[in-house]
Amino acid sequence: MMKVHSSRFIVHSILFFLALYTMLCTPCHGFSQSISSAELINNVKQYDGKVVVYEGEIIGDVMLRGEYAWINVNDNKNAIGIWIKKELIKDILYTGSYKSRGDIVEIAGKFNRSCVEHGGDLDIHAQSIIKISSGSKISYAVNTKTINLALGLSCMILLFYLLRARYLKTAG
Amino acid sequence: MILKPQLKDIKHIGHYLGKVTIGVGFMMLVPFITGLVFGEINPALDFLISAEIALLCGLILTWVCATDKELNWMQGMVVVSSSWLVAMVLSAIPLYLSGHYKSFLDSCFETMSGFTTTGLTLVQDLDHLSYSHNLWRHLGPFIGGQGIVIIALALFMKGGAGSFKMYVGEARDEKILPNVIHTARFIWLISIVYLIIGTLALGIVGMLIGLKPQNAFFHAACVFMAGFDTAGFAPQSQNILYYHSLLFEIVTIIIMVAGTFNFNLHYQLWRGNCKELGRNIETRTLLMSVMLTFFIVAIGLNKLGIYPNAMMLFRKGFFQLISGHTTTGYMTIYAQQFIQEWGDLALTGIICAMALGGCACSTAGGIKMLRVGIIFKALKQDIKRLALPERAIVAQKFHHMKTVFLEDAQARAVLLITMSYITIYVLGALIGVGCGYPVLNSLFESTSAAANVGLSCGITDASMPTILKITYIIQMWAGRLEFMSVFALFGFIVAFFRGK
Repeated sequence: MMKVHSSRFIVHSILFFLALYTMLCTPCHGFSQSISSAELINNVKQYDGKVVVYEGEIIGDVMLRGEYAWINVNDNKNAIGIWIKKELIKDILYTGSYKSRGDIVEIAGKFNRSCVEHGGDLDIHAQSIIKISSGSKISYAVNTKTINLALGLSCMILLFYLLRARYLKTAG
Repeated sequence: MILKPQLKDIKHIGHYLGKVTIGVGFMMLVPFITGLVFGEINPALDFLISAEIALLCGLILTWVCATDKELNWMQGMVVVSSSWLVAMVLSAIPLYLSGHYKSFLDSCFETMSGFTTTGLTLVQDLDHLSYSHNLWRHLGPFIGGQGIVIIALALFMKGGAGSFKMYVGEARDEKILPNVIHTARFIWLISIVYLIIGTLALGIVGMLIGLKPQNAFFHAACVFMAGFDTAGFAPQSQNILYYHSLLFEIVTIIIMVAGTFNFNLHYQLWRGNCKELGRNIETRTLLMSVMLTFFIVAIGLNKLGIYPNAMMLFRKGFFQLISGHTTTGYMTIYAQQFIQEWGDLALTGIICAMALGGCACSTAGGIKMLRVGIIFKALKQDIKRLALPERAIVAQKFHHMKTVFLEDAQARAVLLITMSYITIYVLGALIGVGCGYPVLNSLFESTSAAANVGLSCGITDASMPTILKITYIIQMWAGRLEFMSVFALFGFIVAFFRGK
């Protein structure tokens, strides 16, 4: 009897640690498995009106519209418009552009194939948002090779002008 | 017997090509300054070296091939067609240096798409592209829409017979003013005045819908340039869908329609001759064609019930239809939705609208409304001839700036260009099918490229076969120049190798 208990305990312990490991080590700390933009756009009928989880980088501007706002979230394939309550985006600090990486967020919300509220747009009406990681400013080191090349070409243009002026002078 | 071109022919072509190259080099200074203003040093340097390369090539060409003689027809046509190829390669350098293109061919595709006001794009990660590179993408249509050669004409050339040949070679056979240089300058005047008005209008709308002021006016300038020049590029990857605004879409529709009108018609309107709008064969044909093709699209969309109410159907269907008909290519839906959602009938409506295109002597592509109108008039004339006694003289008139009698030679020329367009649409579609794409998708993308539209059903992608990229580049180039100068270049090359 004792042996049976101890073996059960071992099995349960292993299962518990496996579950704990999976929870801690998987990269997604959000709601559940997120769906890609390609999957949503290619299967609009299947997901229309359903609550989906979508993850990506906020790009461009946060466009405030009264109590709500539009944000556009790009998952490296496509960007999808998210209609979201203004109060839910207080934590958004960075949006993607040439000079910054935008915050990575996970959105849970209702997917609309052609939204009645927004003139037939394909969009997601967010119910909740989780910031997966914060964006940052991107700093670019000045490319010295390009500077040298630009200087070299400037010298060539100047040299060409001098040669041409001399030629025109001698030609009369 | 084919005559081999002589050295003087090549010198003449080289000299004028050099002038156009210098013009392209100077245009690159605009994004260079933009880069400095926005603190984008590396992009600014990309444009500095590209401008220097263009200026150096142009200066060498104009010096080595120095001439003060006028161009003949063949030389004028060859200068135009080769100018577009040279401009494509030189303008692709800064885009390639941005690192947002997978290959140099992709950046060439992008610049040809821009110059020809097509709008098909192969850019990667557009949402992180610098202001200066993005501005260059949109400046391309603004330069190409008005005409690359027209810039050189307006800036560097004296008026003369040679200038007129180059002006015609760039698919502009209508002179607005008696002097071709004055016409070129007037086209630029119109474009710059509209650019200021359009940028202000879109910028204000942009701020109202929540864009930051800096972005609102930058986007406004970009969207105006690509909208008025019927190109369809946008600063963000979602195109016009990014803005989620009906007001923005309405202003964009007005800009697209203004861009598709004949510059000659703009001139008449500027002079206060508003009656011309109602009498002109092109505007009448455009109105009829828009109504007919929208009817097809609406039936197609209604049958499938994608959009639950009429307002939604109108907003999405009409925007895409106008975008296709004016050959702009702006989108408020995803490319995949065309194939998966819109169905064959609505797609056919859009293909027809794209194929027909906008007005002649505008920035629009396609067969053009003037030609469609003339074909119908010629058909009407032929039916009348059949119905009336043989001795009866049947005269057919049409109004285009002035009332003109339709001649058989004119109808024949129009049919020849129309047939060329249809052939190029079909050839491109066949190559698409050969690459493994479905027939309707291939026809859609081929028509979009050759009619310089830019709507995509998803084929245009960095991963598409190289042969298809080259096919679309040739289609965009030939479609924009309306074939004649492209045929002249091929003839010149053949004569160079096989002539005696």
